[in-house]
Amino acid sequence: MLEDWANLALDTAAVRGATYADARAIELRQRELSTKNGQVGTLVEGESLGLGVRAIADGAWGFASTDRLTKTGVERCAAEAVAIARASALAKRHDVVLAPEESYVDTWQSPFVKDPFRIPVDRQIALLLEADAAMREVAGVTLAEAGMTFRRLEQWFASTAGSRIHQVKMQSGAGIVASSFAEDELQKRSYPSSFGGQHALRGYELVEDLDLGGNARRVAEEAVALHKAAQCPEGVRTVLLDGSQVGLQIHESIGHPIELDRVLGMEANFAGTSFLTLDKLHSLRYASEHVTVVADARLEHGPGLGTFGYDDEGVPAQRTYIVKDGEFAGYLTSRETAAAVGEKRSNGTMRAESWNRLPLIRMTNISILPGPWKLDDLIADTEDGLYMETNRSWSIDDRRYHFQFGTEIGWEIKGGKKTRMIKNPSYSGITTEFWNSCDAVCSRDFWTLWGTPNCGKGQPMQTMGTGHGASPARFRNVRVGVAFSR
Amino acid sequence: MPVRKQTAKKAGRKAASRNARQPVRAPAIAAEHLVPRRELERIAERVFRASPAEETEVTIEATTDALTRFANNMIHQNVAERGLSVSVRAVVDGRTARATTNKTDDESLARVARAAADLARWQPPTPDLLPMLGRQKLPAVKRYFKATAEATPELRARAVVGVVELARERRQTAAGIFSTGVSQSVLANSRGLFAAYEQTRAEFSVTILEGDSSGWAKANFGDIALVEPGALADRSSRKAAEARQPREAPAGHYTVILEPAAVLDLVGFLFYDFSATAVEDKRSCLTDRMGRKIFGDNITVWDDVHHPLQSGPPFDGEGVPREKVLLVDRGVPKSLVYSRGAAKRLKSKPTGHGLPLPNEWGEAPLNLVFAGGRTSVEQMIASTDRGILVTRFWYIREVDPYRKILTGMTRDGTFLVENGKVAGAVKNFRFNQSILEMLASVEALGPAVRSAGEESFEMVVPAMKVRNFHFSEVTKF
Repeated sequence: MLEDWANLALDTAAVRGATYADARAIELRQRELSTKNGQVGTLVEGESLGLGVRAIADGAWGFASTDRLTKTGVERCAAEAVAIARASALAKRHDVVLAPEESYVDTWQSPFVKDPFRIPVDRQIALLLEADAAMREVAGVTLAEAGMTFRRLEQWFASTAGSRIHQVKMQSGAGIVASSFAEDELQKRSYPSSFGGQHALRGYELVEDLDLGGNARRVAEEAVALHKAAQCPEGVRTVLLDGSQVGLQIHESIGHPIELDRVLGMEANFAGTSFLTLDKLHSLRYASEHVTVVADARLEHGPGLGTFGYDDEGVPAQRTYIVKDGEFAGYLTSRETAAAVGEKRSNGTMRAESWNRLPLIRMTNISILPGPWKLDDLIADTEDGLYMETNRSWSIDDRRYHFQFGTEIGWEIKGGKKTRMIKNPSYSGITTEFWNSCDAVCSRDFWTLWGTPNCGKGQPMQTMGTGHGASPARFRNVRVGVAFSR
Repeated sequence: MPVRKQTAKKAGRKAASRNARQPVRAPAIAAEHLVPRRELERIAERVFRASPAEETEVTIEATTDALTRFANNMIHQNVAERGLSVSVRAVVDGRTARATTNKTDDESLARVARAAADLARWQPPTPDLLPMLGRQKLPAVKRYFKATAEATPELRARAVVGVVELARERRQTAAGIFSTGVSQSVLANSRGLFAAYEQTRAEFSVTILEGDSSGWAKANFGDIALVEPGALADRSSRKAAEARQPREAPAGHYTVILEPAAVLDLVGFLFYDFSATAVEDKRSCLTDRMGRKIFGDNITVWDDVHHPLQSGPPFDGEGVPREKVLLVDRGVPKSLVYSRGAAKRLKSKPTGHGLPLPNEWGEAPLNLVFAGGRTSVEQMIASTDRGILVTRFWYIREVDPYRKILTGMTRDGTFLVENGKVAGAVKNFRFNQSILEMLASVEALGPAVRSAGEESFEMVVPAMKVRNFHFSEVTKF
């Protein structure tokens, strides 16, 4: 039935004069559970069904969406998309031209073992409450929080070029947080990461693998212990980041600046532009020779939040080198923008939050490839440094040069050993200087495909999940402690 | 930079008049998608009939929004959406849960009602769950403006054409959005509560780029007549021109003059801490600080949904009428806001700020109104020996939740003030600043105005002159 609505939308758009149109009919199901201090907090399920139509008419774009999936509702939506495109043409400088792409008739589904929507809710709540109780057993914990989210998205994509693509994605996420307020200070620890924990295109097996209960006491004890830890020093130090923080560092200082729509000024009013002007492709030394970063949406890369069979304009998932042995090697492109960097084809990164949003260039899985180091060896190789773990704050300027990150916890490294705990760790820098200071990346054994579920972009705002494969890494001469400087 | 309003308005009109072309047939108009009130009532009645729960609450949200987006002096994205969601909260044996759908056929409504009840049954009892609210006397608010609801894609496109021509004439590049829309909502429950609300929204935001500099301006009102794209573009354009060739000023502590949008985006991070549940959870920076003077005498803040410059429904997520609450009285945090549940637990009265149940956050004030002053931004500049004038901030995040240290960047027009005058543009700063300390260091306030930013919701805030603001680092542009 979804396919029929998509086809009807395309027929209508064509009759109305669209020279190109595509339609995405989507059915979405979500479940969200949370607990707080021994009680259920949020317990909601949701479903949403609708259709979005993108059309080119008079050489300009229009997009309309509706949840009225009737013949009249779909025809009206498609007609609106065309009418909006004609209004856009009032302020166009040139006609939209799309890079060529094959048409595809295919179906794709993200693999999972256990359907989270078939796991009884009481079992899911019990798991959260078990972790909650374990956190609150630790004296000094003032707030224990635990949560799970599940999302199933089924999409039919159809285009006037002949593509008919059916995709189903199952996404799961879970995590816990222990907070401790004492003596004018609020400290917290999250597991396995902040932003609600870990998220991936997997089933309920992700939640079971995380062992929230087994990690609850440790994070609670760390949250309380932070009150007595030493303050992060100010100065220039060697910094080791855990894999999840390397993932967010990639997200902010590589993933966003390589979005070609930003580079071309299309996001200037909100998200900003990018320091990665077109002259820098294949000429900028983005990072040290130890750093190779790819954009990889293929399932072979892993079940990340940026994994799919086809993007939302019908381009197959691909792997693209972004930074190769330190050299800036590629942008994230779309069918409309690929030609701007001399490419004949999009590298497949157009994604929309749901049926009511326009596809935009978004990160897929932007991952650093593993290096040769074992974490213990890397620490042993560090004479004097700071190890920082789990993001707490993040900020970067609107061209993606200057960043500052804080993490929940840190440890000093002295003489090759992790020594005392430090609180309020932070570091800051300039993107290219920072990545060029990387002299070690840990191996595949320490590499995780982290999920960032809350990436915001676009007007109207869209929230998208992105993947970041990362392992712990070492950076030299990094400014630390400035967030708490007076 | 301050702009003489009359000049700005004229510039906008002139640009728009040059673009009076033939009309374009454009049916994507919010008013044509309005859902009749009776239809919304019928949906609620069908849910009540189908619900197996002891108590049932229905929230219906119907939204029609359109947004015309431009960049590089052309429209590059232009979208419209129409949606209606039905969210059902069920109470079964002292437990509650919620299920939502956007399908309105009988079978789907019955299924979502059953799903909410089934979800509720699965969980342990909620000790402080209250019976649903009965019928309420809710004050009427008028926040629907016909002209906004009838805005067409063509109207938005022609406004953009005017702005683009203004930018081109000045050898600049324009980027931004013009959006209009209507939202309708109904909150009803099986104990007789019925609350309905509708409002329109018109928003224009523009960034003008010139070489290595940029300027920005934004407005958001219910009535599209109050949104002046030409004036906003002119203001943004002048900022961009004056922000050319920024020099690097050293990081350090400065007196800052914050335009209203800069104030809004900072203080927006503070007000979730006025939730009684947040204080109870010890996650608020007001834990152990209520009733103590922590801000300056010149800081007084209300939450007031009925303020003429405010927007939003006059009832909360459970249907409680929103009360005007004095949050800060001359520097002293005076009152928190309470949901019904928090009020019961903490032996207080609900203030009408509860979030839809079930949730772990409790409540939040969403209609903030600061007491303003009489000092214009020009006067603030004239009285400053050395300081920084900030148009807006960007990517603000919390560094320390109890000291309320925030970090972020300046953006789109940052200027050095010397000897009472603007002495040129400076490269953008990163700040790390406690908002508590900032609001204890305000030397002057401008008139409070409805302001729109990117990090927080719209509120009524003044420009502020603040001493000893901490810029910790400088970026490259």
